[in-house]
Amino acid sequence: MSPDSATGTNQLLPAVPLAALFFAAFVLPLAALVVISLFRDPQFSGLSLVQYVRFLSDPFSLKVLTDTLWLGAEVALATLILAYPLALVYVASGPFMRTLITFLIMLPLLTSTVVRTFAWIVILGRDGIVNSAMLSLGFWQAPARLLYTWEGMVLALTQIQLPLMALPLINSLLRLDRNLTRAAEGLGASRARIFVTVVLPLTLPGAIAGWLLVFAAAATAFITQTLVGGGRIILMPSHIYQQAVGVQDWPFAAALSLIFTLAVTGIVFAVGALSRRYVRGVDAA
Amino acid sequence: MSEVRGHSLDLKGVGHAFGATVALDEINLAVAAGELIALLGPSGCGKTTMLQIIAGFLRPSRGEVRFDGARVEHIPANRRRIGMVFQNYALFPHLSVFENVAYGLRARKRPGAEVTAKVEQMLGLAQMSAFARRLPGELSGGQQQRVALARALAIDPGLVLLDEPFSALDKNLRLDMQIEIKSLLKTFGVTSIIVTHDQEEALSMADRIVVLSKGRIEQIDSPDALYDRPASLFISSFIGHTNLLRGIVTENDRVLLDAGPEIDLGRSTQRRRGTPVTLSVRPENIALGAADRPDAIPVTIRATVPLGAVSVTEGLTTSGEAVKVSQARAAGIARAQAGEAAWLAISDVSRVSIFSTPADGVPDHQQRSV
Repeated sequence: MSPDSATGTNQLLPAVPLAALFFAAFVLPLAALVVISLFRDPQFSGLSLVQYVRFLSDPFSLKVLTDTLWLGAEVALATLILAYPLALVYVASGPFMRTLITFLIMLPLLTSTVVRTFAWIVILGRDGIVNSAMLSLGFWQAPARLLYTWEGMVLALTQIQLPLMALPLINSLLRLDRNLTRAAEGLGASRARIFVTVVLPLTLPGAIAGWLLVFAAAATAFITQTLVGGGRIILMPSHIYQQAVGVQDWPFAAALSLIFTLAVTGIVFAVGALSRRYVRGVDAA
Repeated sequence: MSEVRGHSLDLKGVGHAFGATVALDEINLAVAAGELIALLGPSGCGKTTMLQIIAGFLRPSRGEVRFDGARVEHIPANRRRIGMVFQNYALFPHLSVFENVAYGLRARKRPGAEVTAKVEQMLGLAQMSAFARRLPGELSGGQQQRVALARALAIDPGLVLLDEPFSALDKNLRLDMQIEIKSLLKTFGVTSIIVTHDQEEALSMADRIVVLSKGRIEQIDSPDALYDRPASLFISSFIGHTNLLRGIVTENDRVLLDAGPEIDLGRSTQRRRGTPVTLSVRPENIALGAADRPDAIPVTIRATVPLGAVSVTEGLTTSGEAVKVSQARAAGIARAQAGEAAWLAISDVSRVSIFSTPADGVPDHQQRSV
């Protein structure tokens, strides 16, 4: 054996604690989930694929899954549209403004999701800031229902997940060669054309990375979905929760969890692969 | 097809400051249509600032910029009809060679057939037709540069600006590309400004060279005039190689060198007796000479370096000044050996430049090696 392989083993030694933790807290529970999902009924009597058949033949569950994935896609798109101007302002700013913008982006990450979600309840509630303001200004005659709606949920999730989009996008824009936009400008391109033909394609890897992060985070955001959706809108996380805790149907909950996990990771990998296939000449972010 | 179709360019009293730092001071420059000008200077001399002002990326703090006599300071870069070639070429990495060259035409919303015809013509001129479908990342440095130039010329610019265009190329390729690009620009008849810190690049490319130092123009002249009649000590040592010999004016036309002999310059030094002066003598204007001449400079030979067509010998004077002698190599000439005593003589005193010795000594880069 070469001496390299011996040192190679030694170099892996410091990673053992983390690997052990990863095994105990992720691999084992996931394996347990797989096993539980294969039981025929909540009494764990006998193995079968009946839970998966049940999901595929249940229009309600299928609708919940597509709604959840759609929510993730919608929120990710909304953050993308909001984050581009923010990232462009950041890149065009001086050192002081950059520090300030970074601080403002990072600030929400320093508070708990629960706190941020309750802030949205205060804002969107029946007696919340938006309703009181619109009523007292006379724009609205009666309080509008903002909370416990799809739009309210998208709005809250968009604000909460924005940092996940803004940071990769800023990173991508910072790596864009300034001479490329200058070259485009010198060739007679307007600002809009420069953005569409140069900035957008060259920062696409960052945009896709951000989109995938927000998609996965928003689709699985149990707390925000539950609190702002208020139980009226059933999405995969709360559906799983109800099956596991409410109905005590662990096998079905486990099957739902695995299907949901596969759907989200499947989309993440598919979009990633598509972008590598079609984004030419750009380094991956 | 050597017709002139470029803009003429005039800069009048142009100055620019970044905060308290003055980058450009009182620049006056007139460039004729079709002329090829080099802006030459060390880094930090203001040449890039000047380029950005001409291109329209930067608005000058003061002064006028005129294209064909009309002021353009208020016109943004995308409406100035300028072709830019960047140091790193700045080709769009996600677009094919064809689309790179077509970019400016598409931005001007030209019809598709015209775009195709023009791009094919430009790629033909740049000898890049075979690479139209490639991405820039798949091209060599020289090929990328051809595409960058084709892209700049495709919009029929009135002015082409080239920012250190050869610095990313291999040294072997540089001279070839310089000749190729100079002939392309001349064929096009477009006014061109090339920014460089490399004097060889400026000498080989430009009709006239603008030497910048510390935000000011030191001299504007043809390459030959700049080499033969430098206006300042800075230029004499920045353009080509030179030997700087210190001395003192003893008579109207005579200088006593620190290195020993008194030299008869054959013309007035224009300075009073006792003034410290520095003589700039090109290495090819000095010969290893006989000891019996009264104006011979005694030196100790340090080394002789063969450089292909010429060989360069360096000697050290008694006053500690290093003097380089460049000789055409010929069979039978004995090489001076290190450590030997030798005598140097100036071949043609009329080609020696005379400068007052600055209070803070001679510029640093006098001492740089061949």
